Amino acid sequence: MRPAPMIAAASAVLASLSVLTACGKDDSAGVKAGVIEVTATDSTCEVGAKSGAAGATTFKVTNKGSQVNELEILAPDGKTVSERENIGPGTGAEVTVTLNAGTYKILCSAGMTGKGPSQTFTVTGASKAGDPRLDQAVAAYRAYVAEQVDDTLAKAKKFAASVSKGDMAGAKAQFAPSRVGWERIEPVAESFGDIDPKVDLREADLKQGDKWTGWHRIEKALWKTKSLKGEGPYADQLVKDVETLKSRVGTASITATSMANGAKELLDEVATGKITGEEDTFSHTDLSDFKANVDGAQKAFELLKPVVQEKDAALASDLTTEFADVQKLLAKYEKGDGYVSYDTVGKEKRKELSDAVNALGEPLSKLAGVVAK
Amino acid sequence: MTDVSRRRLLGYSGATLAAGAAAGAGLVSVAQAHEGPPADDGAVPFYGAHQSGIATPVQDRLHFAAFDVITGDRDRLVRMLKEWTAAGAALAAGRPYGSAVGGLPESPPDDTGEALGLPPSRLTLTVGFGPTLFDKDGKDRFGIKARRPAALADLPHFPGDSLDPGRSGGDICVQACADDPQVAVHAIRNLARIGFGVVSVRWSQLGFGKTSSTTPDQQTPRNMFGFKDGTRNIAGDDRATLDQHVWASAKDGAPWMNGGSYVVVRRIRMHIETWDRTSLKEQQAVFGRTKGEGNAYGAKREHDPVPLAKLPADSHVRLAHPDTNGGVRILRRGYSFTDGSDGLGRLDAGLFFIAYQRDPRKQFVVLQNSLAGDDHMNEYVQHVGSGVFACPPGPRKGGYWGETLFAA
Repeated sequence: MRPAPMIAAASAVLASLSVLTACGKDDSAGVKAGVIEVTATDSTCEVGAKSGAAGATTFKVTNKGSQVNELEILAPDGKTVSERENIGPGTGAEVTVTLNAGTYKILCSAGMTGKGPSQTFTVTGASKAGDPRLDQAVAAYRAYVAEQVDDTLAKAKKFAASVSKGDMAGAKAQFAPSRVGWERIEPVAESFGDIDPKVDLREADLKQGDKWTGWHRIEKALWKTKSLKGEGPYADQLVKDVETLKSRVGTASITATSMANGAKELLDEVATGKITGEEDTFSHTDLSDFKANVDGAQKAFELLKPVVQEKDAALASDLTTEFADVQKLLAKYEKGDGYVSYDTVGKEKRKELSDAVNALGEPLSKLAGVVAK
Repeated sequence: MTDVSRRRLLGYSGATLAAGAAAGAGLVSVAQAHEGPPADDGAVPFYGAHQSGIATPVQDRLHFAAFDVITGDRDRLVRMLKEWTAAGAALAAGRPYGSAVGGLPESPPDDTGEALGLPPSRLTLTVGFGPTLFDKDGKDRFGIKARRPAALADLPHFPGDSLDPGRSGGDICVQACADDPQVAVHAIRNLARIGFGVVSVRWSQLGFGKTSSTTPDQQTPRNMFGFKDGTRNIAGDDRATLDQHVWASAKDGAPWMNGGSYVVVRRIRMHIETWDRTSLKEQQAVFGRTKGEGNAYGAKREHDPVPLAKLPADSHVRLAHPDTNGGVRILRRGYSFTDGSDGLGRLDAGLFFIAYQRDPRKQFVVLQNSLAGDDHMNEYVQHVGSGVFACPPGPRKGGYWGETLFAA
């Protein structure tokens, strides 16, 4: 794995979507980004170079001041291309962007006021315009992510209310639906490293001394210990954590490549966690999560499909077929608004599901490479 | 390489595409450019009239896999066989399939990489088609039912069989043999990966030690009983005997099998613990030969002619001998296996029996009927897995495994 995750929790501004997309593209094509050192103090902002070539550029900032600092990269029209907040004294950060020809402003803001000393940075050379269709795909995917977070938050609230009231039946019915939005966009949600372990950690993943919070804790209370006593605060905490996700998800760095990788990761989730029934080991609602993962992956693929079709028609066709096959197979297990309990799905049927997931996962793993090239 | 497989490879492989487009080069040279020249030592020719892995010298290790075809799409199946063939040719030559390193960082490598830097290790890949590929519960999934050879009959039930369906049958088999187990496992792993969506592994078997030799100047390797068995195996350079007993002929009724062969595999569990408590005298009587030299009773050396009359009537050598079975011979290529223990503190070990022949109905079935009823050895063995497959002729350069079946 490359050290920088494709979906990084960067404090980016939505207005610079196209720049972010282009960034992902160049980055992923293996072009070594130019690295520009920036030294920030409480009153200065020293940029290691006055100019650079168009393309992927990494600003490596070190805060040598005493205040928390912030790095902003401002486009010629004054809009923020990218920014990184919360750079503590004595620490550093890296921000990678793709820059087109023009004069940019690099601004360090001690105390994170949005104001501070700046230097100009001139970019020359041919601008590599991103594929506008990929920009559209990313924008549409962002909208999808936001929708899913809203959905999961609304349902988590209902779920939490039932848990607080001690309404076992209600909470059981709302458990799986409350996870659907989360599971559909899990790779994006996981990019905020601190939220995922709070809301989605399984008991088996706990380290000694860890406090267990989130969906699966309440799942165990509902299905295993069969008592909601004392779970109310955990349900409230779950809602708070999902609210945090909502407040931050707009800043997630999403590129076409990261969408493709995210789709592959969703299938990996299915292949390792859901197929075996480990994800929802108490409620056996694994198929609901399974379906949500597949839907999320399919959404990313559908949005990228026009470009994939052009670059690798065979892959586009295979993925279309395999998604349809998995969906058809999943449909067999529908029951009411949800799915049959996974513990009723026998070994042979699980193998059939596993085969379908492998059949989809293998070509899906090629998607990012095709999008990136 | 065919156009189709080439398109697939290029289409899915970013690395190949980038480098290949620039250099105008094929897969092979691209891979070499990134990963160094292939090792030349110990490569068994991949193409030819017969598949390798049958009459070619027996290697030390085995990974055998049986696959179910999970698509009903004949074109996809053929496409996979073409891609398998391209991969097989590269792996047999000791090269990665496509690129193992040096591809696009965003793409998973084409080749899984664990055989990088290892010599070809005499890797052979032998493909066979099971009865269910032609006819699955009456369904002709791929339009080849009419081409099922009569010799590819389902094996009958033999007395004592205790077959596990999860370790038996399969639509397609691949026998990977190599002197290095990592090379054999790498081959199966990569073929399985290429096959996702088209085939699914039904069962597989690792074999750690060869029990047969097709080069009779060598001593016959010992099996898990500690004995040499199958000492009169067919030699890989004995063309007349191979033509008579091993290679199928167009005249046999299925022209597409001309130059091919039929393989029967049996997972034979040995009751190791009770065998080990058996006296030397009885052990030798079970076989009808000595444990040390391996000579038959009444003979001096391992490869000496067997005076059948001097062997116990229920001894394995006597019952399996061609002279007891109207001259029937098979080419044996089995491996010892140990899959850990069985949960009852016993070794889960035995012989993964592999035999190639021209017509199983007239060869393996005859022999096994002779053995299953009377063989003293049955006290110590149990057949728990089984398969029969038609192995097509070897792929020609530019062709693919099964071309004679699917293309004509």
